[in-house]
Amino acid sequence: MSQTYHIVVCAGIVPDPLQTLEPVTGPAGPGLKNELMLPAVLDPWAAHALYEAAHLAKTAPGSKVWLVSLGPKAKLQQVMMTIAQKVPFEFVPLDGPGGGFTESSDVAAALAGAIQAISGLDRSRLLVFGGWESASRAAGSTLQQVGERLGILDQFQGVDQLNIDAAGAFQILERVEGGKHQISACPGPPAVLGWATGSLPEPPNNPQVGMANMRTVMPALQRATVVKMGADGVTFARVALPAQRRETRVVKDLAPDAIAREIVEWIREG
Amino acid sequence: METILVLAHVEADGSLAKPAREAVTAARSLKAALTGSTLCVGLVGADVQAAADAIAGCGAERFVGVAGGAFAQPRYATDALAAESLCREAGATLILAPGTSRWCRALPGVAHRLGGRADAHVTGLPVTDGTLAVTRWYYRQRIEVTSRRTQRPWVILVDPGYLDPWEGAAAAASVQLIAVQPPAGCLRTTVSGFLTPAADAQTIRPDADLLFVAGAGWTKVQTDGKVHVAEAAELTLTFLRQTQASLGGSKSLVDLSGEGQSVLPFMTHLNQVGQTGATPRHPKGLATCCHGEEPHVVGWRFIGERRAVNLDPNCGWVRGKADVVYVADAFAVMAKVNALLAEKASA
Repeated sequence: MSQTYHIVVCAGIVPDPLQTLEPVTGPAGPGLKNELMLPAVLDPWAAHALYEAAHLAKTAPGSKVWLVSLGPKAKLQQVMMTIAQKVPFEFVPLDGPGGGFTESSDVAAALAGAIQAISGLDRSRLLVFGGWESASRAAGSTLQQVGERLGILDQFQGVDQLNIDAAGAFQILERVEGGKHQISACPGPPAVLGWATGSLPEPPNNPQVGMANMRTVMPALQRATVVKMGADGVTFARVALPAQRRETRVVKDLAPDAIAREIVEWIREG
Repeated sequence: METILVLAHVEADGSLAKPAREAVTAARSLKAALTGSTLCVGLVGADVQAAADAIAGCGAERFVGVAGGAFAQPRYATDALAAESLCREAGATLILAPGTSRWCRALPGVAHRLGGRADAHVTGLPVTDGTLAVTRWYYRQRIEVTSRRTQRPWVILVDPGYLDPWEGAAAAASVQLIAVQPPAGCLRTTVSGFLTPAADAQTIRPDADLLFVAGAGWTKVQTDGKVHVAEAAELTLTFLRQTQASLGGSKSLVDLSGEGQSVLPFMTHLNQVGQTGATPRHPKGLATCCHGEEPHVVGWRFIGERRAVNLDPNCGWVRGKADVVYVADAFAVMAKVNALLAEKASA
């Protein structure tokens, strides 16, 4: 592969999915109880995007990966302790709120601004990667607006596979309804790809990669741009955990035959 | 006073899919609830007349469309161009669209172009004192939020499956076609088709009455000290074939597939339900060999009746989330279920 790419991965941070989340409302609007105390992870789908970016950069020598991430500086530092050991990248942190109750348009503006400010970025080789949805706002609307702000019209969401032929043309598989993939062809960058899970496993920790990354991560964190954002124009009328709780009937002493009969009757009902 | 625009894309056969007709239902209810509002339908596709005729009686004052071969493809650049043109032509303040993969890809960018805002995965549109709000889930179906906003235009992508599709008699609709010529930059991407699993390997069926969730327990060592993956695969496929259920997988099971371990060969990330998977809507769900929050809490948030087969009587995740949990060996139960289903089918 003779082409090289400048791949910018947009990835937020979210509370570890195994944590209990409880909404609270403060003067600045809704948030999570003890939000700053909750252990954070890189947003899962965006993490897949990062692994795919690193894999692509490895197969196209001369390519480079930047990781642009918006969140409270302390939480970004915590997440980088793990993520920086996975794959090589240059970190571009934005110090600001990382929760779900902010506007995707504001986040897109901050991310696009950070991308435009990256020194030496070649827009003709630019691939903007990210998760097709976050695990916080879960709107799936940020990357498209980043693309619009950067003037990129070739956009793909729910990407599971990117193939590049000898001439550098892309074949992209996007998830669509009914367990199918849409197959698209695109002559090459610039493009925006919102990744679903892709096909790569999580890379193992590599201390050497970690040490190389941390040389740039810590200085980058120290000079992280502070961004302010909220949800101007939005009124959160209700923010609540789902109240629905079912009375579970636990059936312990029934033979498989009897259980099967119950299940089959239930399936065939209505 | 709102100008409501229902945006729909036309299918390859010229019809409107169910999610589009659900969006029409949503728009009609908003028009009734928001005094003085008007309703317009905007259609995009190769040819939009048949689709317009199919919903001619929906109560829209106006039909506008962007048609042509370039707009048949589900492609960001041309979809965004067409949708932007329709929104501007209609002067829309509220834009309702089905949350299909095609519109979810394109419309947030359109909201940016219009200087508006977009809310996706909307599952409710309550109107209180003449003010519209949207209900949607944050943190992957864990926190439910109802919010209002002042910005217009407001693009609202309605999640498929929570409303009844609009049904009505077809008639001749008068469609105003907007002439849109996509520049070359919009045609760089071409959609060549779809990758569809072979008919006998298709395990994702969004319209199925039942979701069958398989957990990692199917691949674990059983009471005889051995794993029985081939048997698990056969039991699962037989059940799916007999019930035409849709198959979901827990994250742990799907991850095992990705790591190349010997697991259910037909299970992919597309089957995954939960935090990083799908949250499908089906009237019933049956979970087997699942242990954990993913399948029981997030994965079947939108499943109506829920039952589970689990060896662990103390599985805390299933308590309060399922209607019935059977403490039993899923291998034995599913073998009997399959036998009974076969017996009933032959009878």
